[in-house]
Amino acid sequence: MTSLMIGLVLGGTYALAALGLTMQYGVARIMNLAYGEFVISAAFATFVLFSSINLNPLLAMFIVAPAAFSISYFVYAILMAPLVKRSKKKGNLENDSILITFGLLFLVQGILLVLFGADFASYNYLNIPVNVFGITIAANRLIAFGLAMILGLSLYCLVAYSQWGITLRAVATKPENARLVGINVDRVAQIAFAIGGMLAALAGVVISMFQTFTATSGVVFTMKALIVVIMGGVGNFMGALISGLILGLAEATVSTYVDPGLTLASTYLIFLVLLLWRPQGLFGKGVVK
Amino acid sequence: MITGAKVSVAIIAFGLLALLPFFLEAYGLGLMIGMLSYVALATAWSMFSGPTHYISLATVAFYGVGAYTVAVLNEGISFPVILLIAVLIGLVLSLAVGVATLRLAGVYFVIFSFGLAELVRQLITWYEVNVTGTLGRYIFLPLEPQDIYWLLLGAATLTLIIGWLVRRSRIGLALRVIGDDEVIAAHIGINLTRTKLLLFALSASLITLVGAIQAPRWVYIEPSIVFNPTVSFLTVIMALLGGPHRLFGPLFGVVPLFLLFEWLSANFPNHYSIILGALFIAIVFVLPNGVLEFLDRFRLRRAKT
Repeated sequence: MTSLMIGLVLGGTYALAALGLTMQYGVARIMNLAYGEFVISAAFATFVLFSSINLNPLLAMFIVAPAAFSISYFVYAILMAPLVKRSKKKGNLENDSILITFGLLFLVQGILLVLFGADFASYNYLNIPVNVFGITIAANRLIAFGLAMILGLSLYCLVAYSQWGITLRAVATKPENARLVGINVDRVAQIAFAIGGMLAALAGVVISMFQTFTATSGVVFTMKALIVVIMGGVGNFMGALISGLILGLAEATVSTYVDPGLTLASTYLIFLVLLLWRPQGLFGKGVVK
Repeated sequence: MITGAKVSVAIIAFGLLALLPFFLEAYGLGLMIGMLSYVALATAWSMFSGPTHYISLATVAFYGVGAYTVAVLNEGISFPVILLIAVLIGLVLSLAVGVATLRLAGVYFVIFSFGLAELVRQLITWYEVNVTGTLGRYIFLPLEPQDIYWLLLGAATLTLIIGWLVRRSRIGLALRVIGDDEVIAAHIGINLTRTKLLLFALSASLITLVGAIQAPRWVYIEPSIVFNPTVSFLTVIMALLGGPHRLFGPLFGVVPLFLLFEWLSANFPNHYSIILGALFIAIVFVLPNGVLEFLDRFRLRRAKT
C-alpha cells in the first residue's frame, strides 16, 4: 500500500515532466536531450533558495518557474530558431535539435558540476509523517503529489478547452496546415518550448522536495520523460499524464518488491515492450513509421 | 577512385605509425593510444550514423561492454580469445537493440541509445553487488603499452578498411539510399530493417573491440569508469567535425579535437565539460557537414571566382 502511494507521488512528477516534454517535442518539434538538466537545475535552484534564505519550496516555485520560462524562451530564440529556419530547406530539424541539445546537456551538466560538485544534494522540508487513509506517508511527498496533479490537470484543461489550447493542438498535429488558418507557428512553437521548460522546472521543484539528486542525474529524468511521452503517444497530453502515473507505479513496485537497483531496468523493459507492441503509444493513434 | 599512389601512401603511413612506439616516450605513446582509439571509434560510429543520420548516443555502452568483458575474463583465457568473446557480446547486444528500434522511425533509436549506457552500467553494478559481491575488478595481463598501441593501430586500420569496403558494396549504397529517403529505398526493394541492423551491428562490434583492447590500460575497472558518457560525446563531436559522410572525415575530426581535449583536461579539468558542450553546439551550427566538406566548398568557390 505504501509502495502504491510512493508510486503515485513519483508518477505525478513524471507526468509533470512528461507534459513539459510533450510541449517541447510534440508541439515545438524540438527533441530536447537536455530536458533532464533543466529539471535538475531547478531542483538545485530550489535547494539553494531553501538552504540560503530558508525559502519555502512552494514559494520558491514562483521564482523558479518564471525564470525557467524566460530562460527557455531565450534558449529557443538563440539556439533553436536558427535551426528551425535552416531546416525549412532540408527538413532535418529533428537531427539538428538532437545534436544541439546533446551539446547543451554537457554544457549545463558541466556548469552544475562546477557549482555543486558531484555529491548528492537534498534538503529537509516537511519531512513529517502524515496519516492518509491508514497509510503513513511523508507530508512533503503528499504535497509533491498534490502539486503535480493540480499543475498537470490545469495544464490539461487549458490545452483541451481554451482557444489557445486549440491553437497549440493544431500546431502539434499539422504544423503546415496550422499556417493556413493564420496561426503563427514559429511563435506558438517558441511559447510551447518555454512552457515546456517551465514545466521541467516545476517538476524539478517537486522532485527536490522528497528526493536526493546529483548534477549528473539529469539523463535519467530525460530518459523517463521521453519514455512517458512515447507511452502516452507523442503530443497526447492526457496520455502523458496517465502514462507518467503508470511508470511511477511500476517503478515503485519494482523497487519495493524486486530491488531498488533495478528501477531503470524496469523503465527500459516497459520501453522495450512498448517498442515491440505499440510504438505509437498506449493512447496514440495511427502508425509510426 | 583508387589509385596505386593512394594505396602506397596508405601503406607508408601505416608503416610509419607502426614504427612510432620505438621513438616515443610514455606520454607520447599514451597520447597516440588515445588518438588511435578515437579514430577507430569515430570511424566505426560514422559507418552507421553517417549515411543513415541515425545518431547513436550509445558508443560508450558498447565500448564499456568490451572493456568490462576483459575485466571479467582476464584470468585464464588468452587475450585474443577474450577479444573475440567481447566482440560477440557486443554483436548480440547491438542486434538486440537494433531489432527493437531499427524497425521504427529514427528517433526511437536515438532515444533508446541515449539511455543505454546508463542502463547497462546500472545492470552490471546491480549484478556485481548482489550476485558476485565484487564491485571493481583488476586486470593483470602481460601487455605493454606498445602492444596495446599496435592492437589499436590494427583495429583502426581494420575499421577504415571495412568502412572503405562497405562504401563500395551494395549494402553501403543501400544504406545511403535509406539515409536519403526511406520511402524510395523501400520502393526499389531494399530491406530497410535488415540493412540498418547489419551495419549497426558491424559498427557496434568494432566499437566493442576498441573498448576491449583498451581495457588493460586501466588495470582497475569498475562500471562507473568504463561507462563514462564523455566517450559517447567525444565520438559524436569528432565524427561531426570531420564529417561523418566521408571515410576519412572522422580522422580529420579526431586529430585536432583529441589534442584540444588533452590540453583542456590538463589545464581546465573542472570546466572541461562546459567548454566541450559549447564547442559541440558551435560545430553543429557552423559546420553541419564537417570540416572537409566546408573546405571543399571553399575551394570550389575560390575556383569559380
